Amino acid sequence: MSDGVKFHYDVDGEDFTSAGRASVMVKKTLRELGLSPEIIRKVSVAMYEGEINMVIHAGGGCADVEITENKVIIVLSDHGPGIADVSLAMQEGYSTASDQVRSLGFGAGMGLPNMKRYTDDMVIESEVGKGTTITMTVNINA
Amino acid sequence: MTVKELSERQEFSVIAMPEPEREVHGVYIGDLLSWVMGKASPDNAWITIMSNINVLAVASLCDVSTVILCEGVTLTDEIVSSAKEKGVNVLMTELSAYETAVLLS
Ligand SMILES: Nc1ncnc2c1ncn2[C@@H]1O[C@H](COP(=O)(O)OP(=O)(O)OP(=O)(O)O)[C@@H](O)[C@H]1O
Ligand SMILES: [Mg+2]
Repeated sequence: MSDGVKFHYDVDGEDFTSAGRASVMVKKTLRELGLSPEIIRKVSVAMYEGEINMVIHAGGGCADVEITENKVIIVLSDHGPGIADVSLAMQEGYSTASDQVRSLGFGAGMGLPNMKRYTDDMVIESEVGKGTTITMTVNINA
Repeated sequence: MTVKELSERQEFSVIAMPEPEREVHGVYIGDLLSWVMGKASPDNAWITIMSNINVLAVASLCDVSTVILCEGVTLTDEIVSSAKEKGVNVLMTELSAYETAVLLS
């Protein structure tokens, strides 16, 4: 299979207000490529949740998105604190978000479960003190 | 019903309406953003009291037809211009979330 379209974005960990920029750009690109609204929604919501997590929990990171003929692959990597117990973090309602972050409407503990639900495959690799890499795949069934 | 038609009702005022012709189908009420992203359907009107910039990203990514700020909540001018840029409709009302939803039923 030929190489797909690839994008790289740096996600700024300081700037809470611009968080989501990478997801919005990906959404625009998918629309231009003519993908279905359902696929676009899955990819953009999953990526936004991941992007926000990198900002609020990991001080930023980067996002790589590859779009091939039959799937969209999103790789989010950061050098934050890592996730000690991934299965706990995956539980709906589990959150370590600060009060300040909660006052903005985050911290419901629904981000990782949403990412799992909206993608066809999700792999979390995380090491405490080193960082986290999350790879998500959304299949495109034409 | 379109967002424009909705905005013409006396209970609502327009904060930003870059996409007036969008159809409203159903309602989602919530303030926790991940919850909204998990549950709101495309074309829903999203009723909330949240007014920070992240609301726009969530509205745009979930493809809701309009945000309705209830209980008299408003947006700063900066966020209003960002809503116009991003193509996110935002209406406001003095009503509670419950009263707003009843009006839309
Ligand atoms: N990239 C990351 N680095 C370190 N910890 C993370 C990262 N992503 C998630 N976590 C941890 O996993 C928990 C659950 O994440 P999840 O996205 O489900 O919820 P949340 O971000 O706390 O709230 P919500 O996403 O509902 O706004 C977080 O509170 C945090 O402790
Ligand atoms: Mg999260």
